[in-house]
Amino acid sequence: MRALLVAALLFAATPALAQADGAAVADGRYQAVLGDCAGCHGDDLSGGIALETPFGRLVTPNITPDRDTGIGSYSAADFRDAMKTGIVQGKALYPAMPYTAYARMPDKDVDALFAYLKTVKPVRHAVKVNQLRFPYRWRFLMRIWNLIFFHPKAPDPASHSAAWIRGEYLVNGPGHCGTCHTPKNMFGADIKPILGGALLQGWFAPDLTGDAQTGLGGWLAADIVTYLGTGRSAHSIASGPMTEVITNSTAQMRPGDLGAIAAYLKDLPPAPGNTHASLRDVERMKRGSSLYQINCSACHGLDAKGQGPLVPPLTGNAVVNQADASTLVRLVLAGSQGAGTKAAPTRPAMPSLAWRLDDRQVADILTYVRANWGNQGTPVAQDFVGGIRAGLQDGQSASK
Amino acid sequence: MDAKRSWSRRRLLASAAALPILAATAVALGRSISGELPWSPFAGDPPTPVNPMGWYFFNADEAAMVEAMVDRLIPADDLTPGGKDCGCAVFIDRQLAGSFGKGDRSYWAGPFLPGLPTQGYQGKLAPAARYRLALGALNRHVNETRKTDFVKLAADDQTAVLKGLEDGSIALALAPGFGGRDFFSLLLQNTMEGFFADPLYGGNRDMASWKMLGFPGARYDYRDHIDKYNQPYPLGPVSIYTMES
Amino acid sequence: MARMMPKKDAVIIGLGWTGAILAEQLTAAGLNVVAIERGPWRDTATDFNIGYMQDELRYAVRKDLFLHAATEAMTMRNNPGQTALPMRDYGSFLPGHGVGGAGVHWNGKTWRFQDTDFEIHSHLRHRYGARKLRGLQLQDWGVTWKEIEHCFDAFEYVAGISGKAGNINGVIQEGGNPFESPRSREFPNPPLKTGYPPMLFEQVTREMGYHPFPEPSANCSRPYVNPLGVAMGECTYCGFCERFGCANYSKASAQTTILPVLMARPNFEARTECEVLKVNLSEDGKMARSVTYIDAKGTECEQPGDMVLICAYGLMNVRMMLLSGIGTQYDPLTGKGTVGRNYCYQTSCGARIMLEGKRLNPFIASGAMGRTIHDFQGDVFDHSHLDFVGGAGISCDSTNGRPILYRPLPEGAPRWGAGWKQAAVEGYQNSMGIGSQGSSYPVKENYLDLDPTYTDRHGRPLLRITFEFPDNDIAMSNYMADQLETIAKAFNPKSYAVSRTRKDWNSVPYQSTHNTGGAIMGENPRTSAVNKYLQSWDVPNVFVIGASAFAHNAGMNPTGTVGALAYWAAEAITTKYIKRPGALVHA
Repeated sequence: MRALLVAALLFAATPALAQADGAAVADGRYQAVLGDCAGCHGDDLSGGIALETPFGRLVTPNITPDRDTGIGSYSAADFRDAMKTGIVQGKALYPAMPYTAYARMPDKDVDALFAYLKTVKPVRHAVKVNQLRFPYRWRFLMRIWNLIFFHPKAPDPASHSAAWIRGEYLVNGPGHCGTCHTPKNMFGADIKPILGGALLQGWFAPDLTGDAQTGLGGWLAADIVTYLGTGRSAHSIASGPMTEVITNSTAQMRPGDLGAIAAYLKDLPPAPGNTHASLRDVERMKRGSSLYQINCSACHGLDAKGQGPLVPPLTGNAVVNQADASTLVRLVLAGSQGAGTKAAPTRPAMPSLAWRLDDRQVADILTYVRANWGNQGTPVAQDFVGGIRAGLQDGQSASK
Repeated sequence: MDAKRSWSRRRLLASAAALPILAATAVALGRSISGELPWSPFAGDPPTPVNPMGWYFFNADEAAMVEAMVDRLIPADDLTPGGKDCGCAVFIDRQLAGSFGKGDRSYWAGPFLPGLPTQGYQGKLAPAARYRLALGALNRHVNETRKTDFVKLAADDQTAVLKGLEDGSIALALAPGFGGRDFFSLLLQNTMEGFFADPLYGGNRDMASWKMLGFPGARYDYRDHIDKYNQPYPLGPVSIYTMES
Repeated sequence: MARMMPKKDAVIIGLGWTGAILAEQLTAAGLNVVAIERGPWRDTATDFNIGYMQDELRYAVRKDLFLHAATEAMTMRNNPGQTALPMRDYGSFLPGHGVGGAGVHWNGKTWRFQDTDFEIHSHLRHRYGARKLRGLQLQDWGVTWKEIEHCFDAFEYVAGISGKAGNINGVIQEGGNPFESPRSREFPNPPLKTGYPPMLFEQVTREMGYHPFPEPSANCSRPYVNPLGVAMGECTYCGFCERFGCANYSKASAQTTILPVLMARPNFEARTECEVLKVNLSEDGKMARSVTYIDAKGTECEQPGDMVLICAYGLMNVRMMLLSGIGTQYDPLTGKGTVGRNYCYQTSCGARIMLEGKRLNPFIASGAMGRTIHDFQGDVFDHSHLDFVGGAGISCDSTNGRPILYRPLPEGAPRWGAGWKQAAVEGYQNSMGIGSQGSSYPVKENYLDLDPTYTDRHGRPLLRITFEFPDNDIAMSNYMADQLETIAKAFNPKSYAVSRTRKDWNSVPYQSTHNTGGAIMGENPRTSAVNKYLQSWDVPNVFVIGASAFAHNAGMNPTGTVGALAYWAAEAITTKYIKRPGALVHA
């Protein structure tokens, strides 16, 4: 009997789907690309992916149109609320869902996205979303958080080009780049410098401002377009979480939108305080240089210039110069695989060297790399490497 | 591979603190791979350095014999310490205690027939068993012919025994397809392996043999020297685990 | 009961060079393809780590990446009168294992056979008369140079070969091999730099009036992006090529040239650690239905497919055909049957030259950075007054200075004990080798079949190799040894020694992993197992791709020609066969 009812419901739904506006669905699919829904909700959008936060664990919900476990029961208005206010059917969402950024999206785009989500294959997958610690598991607190920190606003368009305006919108709206690249306060809310680089889950999402060393000051707008479109540029190869942002989102964006993002990012003034003159410890440099020649030069080159699309240069590479060297340490210890895109399918990988290099050796190599070939990163301390190694190993054993 | 287990998917909202988590990284064996190029953090199979203390395969008598033999094969001189101090006996012991000694990679199905020289070893004994048999038989031979143990012979006399094995004048009937000469070649081969292999396996202590030859070891980039014909390479050797002098 | 898997358009046995090439070409044409590979998945950063790849004991001596006899052995004998016994460890040749196959741990010498090789019987008979070929089972390959040249080109551009053309569309090029058959364009990358010994060889042989040129190498001389969009790195002359995976993406293998693109395709699946036991045929034996394999958990599975491509190592291709009843076993007494016919090897000799007061730095090396002369290759020189046919490339290779296996000693020096170390040091920096890699021509008695006694871990008969160096090839090799001696003397060395090929092929010391033939291509189903498109004459939805198809072996490394044959077969399948399945050549 129940099966019959379900079948009836499905039948009832089918004509509605057939009538769905094809153009809106296509546009909605593109909105899903811009917003990188798959990044957190999975390729089939059925959720269940754990996000570790300082406040506990959040698990992403199922956003397929399954009625019981997904968003099949949402109305378009419910969905709009979720996307733009963080409140849905009377419940407050946590800002792991970047509604603070999605709030910038016009209703038309949100509705298109909803129309698209209605067409994806429903997946029955119940997810226990809230696994936060006390008191963060009290959802009503988020209403207070919203009052204090949530003030979406668009900049004054008067003084900017159309590309800049589009770019600003994509970066701070659906693209929600600041979710990773903007530093946060103890409540998890954005603080300045906006897009100045931030640490998350052991990766340092680099500075995207105009700083010549740590940011994109040395990049041409075309480099940014190439990087987002292919996963690599003359300056860098994407690593860590950014590889999936590229394959799921930016590599599928329209060239005009990538150009707009580049126009906006190239206009960001350098974030203050990110560049530091390095102090040179001669003995460390000697050790670092020797270890670099043994471990690194066969790919990155004695001149650190890298090898085109295969190996990133270590000179003029923003990842090398970030104030926080977490990403670098992580790359050396665990290795990393580049993004795979149509234009750059190689997916070259950095080998893991945690088994070979001790904390001091990693620190010596990175300190040497950050102080040479025009780089100006601060020295990397042995303890800092040790901390990251211990964290990675804990994570590894915990997940076994 | 389950995309949801890929670590880079796990993203985080707002956080200034690192709370890394990793997916299980062991690369699964025997599997279907489609739609992506597999990779996982920390993946790899680095070698485990041997512990230099004690004996894993040899008993005390065998160990003493092999230590003496490797010192005769590789005598101490101004070029390097002797085979024993370079760790060659430890190397052989660890090799015999492991996969090599057990013959894990060889084909061991019968029937076992006497072969022609072109057909290679056709006996039933894995290398570890060949050592045990040969060391015992050799010492008994020395007991009978010289009324003492091999290790108690003077260095020159030990050398003479090894030469006798090599040239066949000491004929030990050990097992089908395995005589004294065969044992000598196995011993010489393993001793040289120990002397010239990466030090992580117990021999070539302090990279002594690499320094002697001018072999730079585990380096991987000679682009800065390929054009410098007839000039010594300026850097000393490094090994898999030793990169600083 | 075997577990039945969903049907695919094509089932590929083995994911090495040929399997990867065929899979890439067939998936690009829209087919659903599964490749079933006995060994493990392997890739650069995870398996060829730059910190531990330089482990001579593990990889070169204990042969970590190779096929081990415990997994699959073969038996051997020198003639049909002997009892074949198992090679309990591989020695004379070393087959690969796992994804990438032997293409992971090769030296990267990437030759093209010559135009005359493909029509060898017609050519030699025309030039010297049939009497000259008596005793040899030489035959044409069924394909011509003109037909297949673009397939060599395709392979070289995908693999990013570094070299210098010697003949572009008939115009001789300065610095290249003037004896090569005309190629349609220059190599994708310039030659590698070279070490000191090959440079000395170049000087000496040039002064002698020969024509030295850089060996074509699968190690990139510069960063390169191939036509599939896959990026490769620059060779760093680390000297860990043969027997090792490449840690810095500079040596061409399936991993560094094809797999990144292939693996991303949703219509491709690789099933690793799954060993194919046999190809299952229809009741009338005229069509392949499926393959049976054992997965990593020991479960027997059956994979149906419209097409089966046998892409394992050449010797295993032949065994798979015999185990599956595809074609008829060759009989050396009657000459009937085709599977197992024309098994060939390589006929090599060498010379060691001892110089004085040098720093040869043999460890600065790459698998194919040597210099070669082809003045004595194939039929480049006149054989009218010689008692053989065939030829050899003469090279100075300098592939490595890894000291467990590379420890040349002056003549007469002790191998151990007092005085040995001084000799070892002198030899290491002053000794250089030159070598002749000679052709191997088929004779009636050299063949492959299933061993009547010995079986593998699944109870299937092992492959039996019956091989002896033919008199023709010994004569050829002796002639080459004489040339080596002349060249060695021209170095004005302190001393030199020449080692000649002798009868009684010995399976123990390493010689060459260039085993060819056994499932040869040709024009006639009575004398070849596969047609000119590498399609089985007997079971037309089976293609057998690899050096097993070589009707003879030339004096060159086989991989370039194997790669070309793979593209040639792929083209026939995608442009002809899938439009009209069935025999592509009617006998």
